[in-house]
Amino acid sequence: MSGKPAGAVRLAILHWRIGALNEMQYRLNFWVQLFNSAIALATGLIAIALVYGHTTSLGGWSQPQLLAVMGVHIIIGGILKTLIQPNMNRLMQDVQEGTLDYALTRPADSQLMVSVKEVSLWSVVDIGLGLGVIGWSVNELRGDIGWRHAVGFIFALICGAAIIYAIWLSVSTLSFKVVRTDSMMQLLNGIYEAGRWPVTVYPGFLRATLTFLIPLAFAVTVPAETITAKIDWWMLAVGAGVTVLALVGARAVWRWGISNYSGASA
Amino acid sequence: MTTPKTEFSWLRYYRAGARIGFQHDVQYRTMTFVFLVAFLVEPVIYLAVWQNVAASQGGSVGGYSEAALAAYYITWTLVRVFNLAFDPYAWEWRIQRGRLNDFLSMPIHPFHRDFSFFIGGKFVWTALWFPVAAVLTLIFRPEFNLSLFNVAAFAVAIWGGFAVRFVLLYLMGLANFWTTRASAVFGVIIAGELLLSGRLVPLDLMPEWVNSLASWLPFKWTFQFPIEVLIGRLDSKAVWSGLGLQVLWALGMGVALWWGWKKAIVKYAAVGG
Repeated sequence: MSGKPAGAVRLAILHWRIGALNEMQYRLNFWVQLFNSAIALATGLIAIALVYGHTTSLGGWSQPQLLAVMGVHIIIGGILKTLIQPNMNRLMQDVQEGTLDYALTRPADSQLMVSVKEVSLWSVVDIGLGLGVIGWSVNELRGDIGWRHAVGFIFALICGAAIIYAIWLSVSTLSFKVVRTDSMMQLLNGIYEAGRWPVTVYPGFLRATLTFLIPLAFAVTVPAETITAKIDWWMLAVGAGVTVLALVGARAVWRWGISNYSGASA
Repeated sequence: MTTPKTEFSWLRYYRAGARIGFQHDVQYRTMTFVFLVAFLVEPVIYLAVWQNVAASQGGSVGGYSEAALAAYYITWTLVRVFNLAFDPYAWEWRIQRGRLNDFLSMPIHPFHRDFSFFIGGKFVWTALWFPVAAVLTLIFRPEFNLSLFNVAAFAVAIWGGFAVRFVLLYLMGLANFWTTRASAVFGVIIAGELLLSGRLVPLDLMPEWVNSLASWLPFKWTFQFPIEVLIGRLDSKAVWSGLGLQVLWALGMGVALWWGWKKAIVKYAAVGG
């Protein structure tokens, strides 16, 4: 059934629905999440205000433009926490406990199965907050931001989410070999925090790492450049190319991973 | 079996606890190293941002040159290694999974077990920290004005910072005894620490009133104070009074912890496990 793309999408949506229904039982978690996200947002805004209290431009970005970077960072972070991270945590746990066999023996594609099993519904709060920050930024800028930028932004955001998924899946797949990958997840989360600021802020070696090795530049900075009309349009094409490369790479890593998997303890 | 060996001694207890912590981190040294690198991404981000700001302002911001900022944040990394503590989220896990039961049946308060465990880990983390600090030094070219007094006082102040932060986080962890949703409270405290400790940015770059407020709270004594001691931004009087305040905070919160624990433990109900 899921050999066809339509089947895969149906299967993903079905899993997300079950996950969402499961989460709906715990309504209080929504308020806890909202509260925590609001604090994180306030802290981020204070950091930006502090920086621009001492300067007018950071790495070529004005304050409202930097708000857009922060907005994108929060949105992609929200997607990460809602759809990607819960699945990757589950994957690593399944490898450790030997329960991954249940996913591998299903007739559907194994990468799809491990990628859509879990959903942390209330983290969507971050996606909403991030969109709010983007709206604020666009309103402050009042420049030549038109529908082209809006469409380009949505496209860049989808590419960004796909890149982040590819990186997270690749690292999680290492758990087939290393078993204890929680420290690497911590490292990835730390590096993701670097995306809160545009990559032009960082010194050369770090900028290169964040552009080519862990392409946060394409995942966060490019969507922010698009919505603030700072973008060179060819960068979107490069971003699309990087996305395809990242997804193909993650697929290859996944195949290598399961070919090495022998079950840990089941 | 001779009597002296079975007799309880706090020193021996702490030494054994520290050895367990040490051996745990040596055993998982690769994991510890990756964790260490993960922790160090944070100050590198702040350093890059503030060096950028300093560069745009003609080379200095709030009295910090680019090289002084590098010294601040590189020292930050060692201070962070030392002030790592048993955090409230770990308490949440311990209570939700019913893991606290193991400790309650023991005759000694779990605080000592956790505290000594973390002390042991510091030695492994510090050893792993040196190569990372060397790389950061080569990249960011910090400027240190080290004196024997500063180094000696720093060696005391980082342990003081550890003690204050450990007791503070342990105290916060008690909230888990009353509610399983204490993470909302921690969010506020962690944000407070970020802004009021010198963790995000040296407090001199903050508005004056924030800087004054920070002196009345415990956070500053766990981050900025030890850093300033080493990089030589404090005179000897400020160093001595800071060390005294670290002792006062650790003891004061220690008393609060002792009292709070008695109230908390009667509320304890393991959620699962």
